[in-house]
Amino acid sequence: MPDSTPRETPLAELHAALGASFTDFGGWLMPVRYTSDLAEHHAVRRAAGLFDISHMAEFTIDGVDAGAYLDYALAGRLSALAVGKAKYSLVLAEDGGIVDDVIVYRLSDTGFLIIANAGNRAAAREALSERTTGFDVVFADVSDDYALIAVQGPHALGILTAFEALTGLGSDLAQLPYYAWTDARFEGSPVLVARTGYTGEDGFELLVPSEQGAALWQRLLAAGAPEGLVPCGLASRDTLRLEAGMPLYGHELSRETKPAQAGLGRVVVDAKDAFVGKGATTPGPDARVLVGLVAEGRRAGRAGYAVCVDGEVVGEITSGALSPTLGHPVAMAYVDPAFAASDNLTIDIRGTHVPATVTTLPFYRRTS
Amino acid sequence: MTDLNALSYTEEHEWLSIEGDIATIGITDYAADKLGDVVFVELPQPGASVTAGDVCGEIESTKSVGELYAPVTGEVVEINDGVVDDPSLVNAEPFEGAWLIKVRFSGEIEGLLDRAAYEGITA
Repeated sequence: MPDSTPRETPLAELHAALGASFTDFGGWLMPVRYTSDLAEHHAVRRAAGLFDISHMAEFTIDGVDAGAYLDYALAGRLSALAVGKAKYSLVLAEDGGIVDDVIVYRLSDTGFLIIANAGNRAAAREALSERTTGFDVVFADVSDDYALIAVQGPHALGILTAFEALTGLGSDLAQLPYYAWTDARFEGSPVLVARTGYTGEDGFELLVPSEQGAALWQRLLAAGAPEGLVPCGLASRDTLRLEAGMPLYGHELSRETKPAQAGLGRVVVDAKDAFVGKGATTPGPDARVLVGLVAEGRRAGRAGYAVCVDGEVVGEITSGALSPTLGHPVAMAYVDPAFAASDNLTIDIRGTHVPATVTTLPFYRRTS
Repeated sequence: MTDLNALSYTEEHEWLSIEGDIATIGITDYAADKLGDVVFVELPQPGASVTAGDVCGEIESTKSVGELYAPVTGEVVEINDGVVDDPSLVNAEPFEGAWLIKVRFSGEIEGLLDRAAYEGITA
């Protein structure tokens, strides 16, 4: 029997001291908010937010076959990834369904880091370690060795640049491209600083040894507070990623979802000779496709609500909220392909049909 | 400040202030906290009949939807348009500015909790 008690990140005591409310997410007890979902959301859009995402899983791949192994184990062509860069990818099942969505960082010619979803840690680990057969690589689950802290928002760069405790930066943060990383040091420990995130804003994610996580959080928060940096919980993380049109595993992605249905066809490199899922990633002609929906008013369609045409159910919402930035309801939904461009949809909000219009994702795109 | 000990409470996290045959009803700070930031409030119309134990309104936050249960049976005599216009009042001042409805009720009200009993179920 798996232990059902949620785990805590190395920063749990700090969250409690900051007055956080907690929720069980992917088997982890995580801060859902510190003060207000909306205030935390707006802080990330206007200044900066600090997120503890230490629940996420980290795996390392080392060996002369690391690139070839990843080309086989993942949907993309990771062997072509340059050292210093990062790339979004998918762990597919043999049948083309999605086991997990991940970010892959190339650490060296023969070394990669994979950051995976907390709730998929066991499934991704099992799939990825099985796939090492025949490759000269060593796979390791190093999730428990690291804390992961995200600084997101238009002030993130300024805050980190002025953060004196972060030393030995391998490259100037202002010059670091999106989806690239550099190494640094914090109080004698190595830090991986990546220009990645899950909010639709500029920002960075910092991977540090878990015993340094609390100190890094505290010092960053103190250094960034004058620039508007506030601790942010998972509630704001969810509305931020929804506005940015980013999928969340368990909502937009699942074992039953094929990449193209979720708009992730570009992630699959079919030209590769062999990879798990090859030949099985094309959805059937009737398979539902992911769309963005916007509506008027303030009542949001939420996950599980039906999407209808003339009272007939043609789809289902996977994520939805009243967009804090845009001020109107937004949702992502899977709909029958015939209605993927329809302007005649309604959302069944607990019995009331609210008109909704298909729109191009993302709902929100930062201006700079 | 509202004297929280002078209010009555329900297990559904409403509070009631009773004067004569009029019950003023809102949701508690505990319920508001659990919901998160309230962004939409739907209330019954003045003149509507409500039945104790039935859903008579909705309170939506960024994260979830909460239902407002009528704690009494009677006729809605007034609703708080200020909360409909500015739902964040539910979080800011759940016991004062964010009263939701006033109901002229009849008969005995059952199942109400005093402050100590309510704190017992939310502790």
